Amino acid sequence: MTDVLIIGSGGAGLSAALAVKEQGASVIIASKSTPTTAQTSMAQGGMNAVLGNVEEDHISMHIADTIKSAHGICDENMVRKMCADGPLAIAWLERLGVPFSRLDNGKSGTGSIAQRKLGGASAKRACYAQDYTGLKILHTLYDNCLKEGIEFLDDHFLLNLVTEDGTIKGATFLDIRSGEVVQIDAKSVVIATGGFGALYHGYTTNAFGTTGDGIAAVLRAGGSVSDMEFVQFHPTGLKHSAILVSEAARGEGGYLVNSDGERFVDELSPRDVVARAIFAQLEQEKEVFLDVRHLGKEKLMELLPQEVALCRLHEQIDPLEALIPIKPVAHYTMGGIDVDDALEVNGIKGCFAVGECASAKIHGANRLGGNSLLEIVAFGRFAGSNATKHAMFARTTPANDTQLLKDKDYIAHIFTQEHSVNFYPIRQRLGVLLYHKVGIVRQNAKLQEALSEVIAMQVAHARMGIVDHAKAHNQNLVEFLEFSNALLLTPTLISAAFSRDESRGAHFKIEFASEDNERFKKHIVLKWKP
Amino acid sequence: MTIQILRSQINDYQTYTLADEEMTLLKALIKIKATQDATLTFTAGCRASVCGTCAVRVNGREVLSCAHKVRDGDMIEPLNYHPVLRDLKVDKQPAQKTLLNATAWLHRYQEAVLTHKDERFTERQTDCILCDACYSACPVFAVNPDFLGPFALTRAYRYSADKQESEVKSIVERVQHNGVWECTLCSGCTLVCPKGIDPKMDITMLRSLVVQHGYEDRTFAQMGFGTPDFGSEFGFDSNGEF
Repeated sequence: MTDVLIIGSGGAGLSAALAVKEQGASVIIASKSTPTTAQTSMAQGGMNAVLGNVEEDHISMHIADTIKSAHGICDENMVRKMCADGPLAIAWLERLGVPFSRLDNGKSGTGSIAQRKLGGASAKRACYAQDYTGLKILHTLYDNCLKEGIEFLDDHFLLNLVTEDGTIKGATFLDIRSGEVVQIDAKSVVIATGGFGALYHGYTTNAFGTTGDGIAAVLRAGGSVSDMEFVQFHPTGLKHSAILVSEAARGEGGYLVNSDGERFVDELSPRDVVARAIFAQLEQEKEVFLDVRHLGKEKLMELLPQEVALCRLHEQIDPLEALIPIKPVAHYTMGGIDVDDALEVNGIKGCFAVGECASAKIHGANRLGGNSLLEIVAFGRFAGSNATKHAMFARTTPANDTQLLKDKDYIAHIFTQEHSVNFYPIRQRLGVLLYHKVGIVRQNAKLQEALSEVIAMQVAHARMGIVDHAKAHNQNLVEFLEFSNALLLTPTLISAAFSRDESRGAHFKIEFASEDNERFKKHIVLKWKP
Repeated sequence: MTIQILRSQINDYQTYTLADEEMTLLKALIKIKATQDATLTFTAGCRASVCGTCAVRVNGREVLSCAHKVRDGDMIEPLNYHPVLRDLKVDKQPAQKTLLNATAWLHRYQEAVLTHKDERFTERQTDCILCDACYSACPVFAVNPDFLGPFALTRAYRYSADKQESEVKSIVERVQHNGVWECTLCSGCTLVCPKGIDPKMDITMLRSLVVQHGYEDRTFAQMGFGTPDFGSEFGFDSNGEF
């Protein structure tokens, strides 16, 4: 029985694993894909940490910026902890060998790390590695996991958590390679499975697999979710492919213009403000573009080479010479698994959650750019360390096989299930539905319509099933399970949005356009009743 | 348009017909799976050329599905030298083990003064997304499955060139066996890298590093003096440096 089982191999999972290993405990990382393919690789802009390398900065300013962006509904203790951990997290990454961008200031160690200003920040605070910050952090973490001999279980799709008397005992997985359902016993579990942005299929920067599998497993195990209504829309996704153009494009001085050539918003406002301003232009049937031409070829190729290449490939335009057509797209889910201040899942002892899948009450109604990489590293280590402590005193008797047998039956059942309805077009329809009715601008009547449509989808789910009946490497089955998780999560997103009769941060409701602190300065926490 | 995809179960190409519109290969694969054939198996992730999941071979050349515009008549196959798990999905574990064998990480940190120039020096090498395209394009694997291969050597080089690495010697020792000297410098890896990395150059740099550390320069052994033309066929000018 391993001390700590980590589910998910993104930045949060790998940081947690390294922390477990540092403390001498045993650790296994299980994930549905292979390491380094995680969403973390897509984070570009940077990682916040108060180093003051470029200009004066203070942890109190980072805390204040985070709370302001969260619109008050965050846990100030958690925010304080994360911001204070920033410089330590960067120092840790520096020692692991992350190739950060550098200044020419003659300083050693973290003193030479370059920092830039992202939207909503009061100082140049985001440490970066060109526009591949997440990628380079993720790969360096992976190199260090190999160095430490950490065991990876690839192709393991999380099915359910195994609990006994409210305490975690491990988890069950579909081993995609063999098609078998397996149980991994563990004294502690860290869920680091990422957010649920892929619910907005076709309107999200997220990978297809960002379906909130860990969040759904917690709901099924009796845990709760919070802040589900807060979905951050990135202002600048490419119009046709929804691929992200980094905030750095605006941070470095890019303009937003409409089809009349007018600038209509302060480009460095928080993401929700910019996204709504763009959405309003689109509603008026105007097109919106990002203009980076004035930055010049040299600066663009140095600072945003990735963006330039993606525009050429997916939009067939050259940003050095032409305007980049954009639309706001779902980018980050602030809410998720409800955890306490030790990141332990409320209701399941010994089970921790960290990163985008968790609702650690730091992002509140809107995440500050550069705080997600900080969260996965700083809190990833915190979760790993807390999970190790729990493992030290946990009982070592493994769970019985009740859950395992149940899940074996379930998977076997899917193979016999009717499949008269193809779920792939429904997955797409869910994306369109959520973008238009549970998106940047919300309205109670439309939320209700969305909920009825989702319930209809849930009813039809019994007739969806799979066409591919191969046992091993059945990606059709995996995608069906992912979509099932999406369908379980969607009502929590809609219900939370429906309950919040106000506008706050990323949640904007037409009929209640302002904040209502008296009634809603709180978190909406939901559970699932089967 | 029609494209052909190598299916593992039948060990033959299957033809699929697509609408004549401009799209990436990944988009085409997703469409096929969603509307024509749910059994077609492939791996994909970010759609933005950064997660390294979707590399395949198109008409014999390694590409990322998300970065290749599909064309009429394209022949799609899984990566070379990787066990095929199903259709276009391959087992990356043996290839990734080369990172372990090369000990491609920072062995021991030392604090150093770093500048923008230092950052630029190995910036390209750290753009690697581990898509395995270079591994698939490397002919050495046809004869030596234990070869460390391009991406592991590039990564080893990146750490060896890091001023923060105080144990360069450990890396140097590891890259000599089934490593830098086994490379034929054919440039196959460099030609297919979707991130513009040049593993051939990195291997050349590692070779001189190895020699600087006092180890034997096995370039000549590799060239096989006395076997005429062997060198030039592998991209060497056997009279060049000599």
